[in-house]
Amino acid sequence: MKKLLTIALLALAAPLAFAQAKLLPAQSELGFTSKQMGVPVDGKFKKFDAQLTGFDPKKPDAAKVSLTIDMASASLGDPAIDAELVKGDWFDAKKSPQATFQSTAVKATGAGKYEVAGKLTIKGQVRDVVVPMTLAQAGGVSTATGAFPIKRLAFKIGQGDWADTSVVADDVQVKFKLAFSGIAAQ
Amino acid sequence: MPNRQPPSSTKRYGAVAIAFHWLLALAIICSFCVGLYMADLPFSLTRVKLYNWHKWAGVSILLLSALRLLWRLANKPPADLPMPAWQARAAHLTHGLLYILFFAVPLAGWGYSSAKGFPIVWFGMIPLPDFVPKDEALAETLKAAHKYLAFGLAALVLAHVGAAIKHQFIDRDGLLQRMLPGRA
Repeated sequence: MKKLLTIALLALAAPLAFAQAKLLPAQSELGFTSKQMGVPVDGKFKKFDAQLTGFDPKKPDAAKVSLTIDMASASLGDPAIDAELVKGDWFDAKKSPQATFQSTAVKATGAGKYEVAGKLTIKGQVRDVVVPMTLAQAGGVSTATGAFPIKRLAFKIGQGDWADTSVVADDVQVKFKLAFSGIAAQ
Repeated sequence: MPNRQPPSSTKRYGAVAIAFHWLLALAIICSFCVGLYMADLPFSLTRVKLYNWHKWAGVSILLLSALRLLWRLANKPPADLPMPAWQARAAHLTHGLLYILFFAVPLAGWGYSSAKGFPIVWFGMIPLPDFVPKDEALAETLKAAHKYLAFGLAALVLAHVGAAIKHQFIDRDGLLQRMLPGRA
């Protein structure tokens, strides 16, 4: 009887130790900085979702991260420019409404620091990326922050006349701050 | 600004003053025309290029005008040709206002760009400081200031050119020659 009770209790406790991580959209940000003729221009995505499963600070390589981004939610802060962003030469939100990121490996690189390797898919183009990030925990909320560069032309972002990298640089810096609840304290 | 310096012993402007005058006249007229054209363009690749070139030109005009003013303060212009006192005063007033606008117009433009959230990167390479914060209401004010000051500058340029033509073809006093390249 005691053995049965112990097993039952352990069975209940196990999922609690790895409670489902949930993205807190109000405290999260996903943005990018491009350079227009040398001038840094910031943009952001207003709608995105992230999934984090199996995260255990003692075994980070078991974690899986995925992101889904609503491309029509992109904004550079100017309505006229935002109207251009969703068009075919740029994000082509009608044909490719979502961009995704799927992690393939997670590696710890220091205290609270990780490297997440994965596949980034935008406009049907898939590229391998390695995303360095820092995980900070406070008051039950775990926040992952980081930044990584992409080459916009590899994803066909900015076609036709806009492919001119002297006007909009090929290098774009993606930055994120993803807040999750439900991750056990490290 | 009023010429309170004792009259210069030369009868015409020096080569450096002449060079500054025509170089900046060309730069200012071209920048004005580009500014006028680009302001109503819808967002496009061309507009991005024109806006940036216009800003690079504006900053260059600001810098060259500073050098020009320093040169002028150190090198007296020739004395006024004989003319009614009111005309000499009008000329000096016009020149003074022109100098003020050579600085006010590009400074307002620079501020407008900063307030709009677009720091100026001179020639796409040298980031310039923002001396005002990003603020939509301030941007609208500086945009209006830049536009109306530029139109004021254009009006003064027309008055200035008109007066020079009057002196050359009506008064026939050789005033224009003083600012044309060539021997004294």
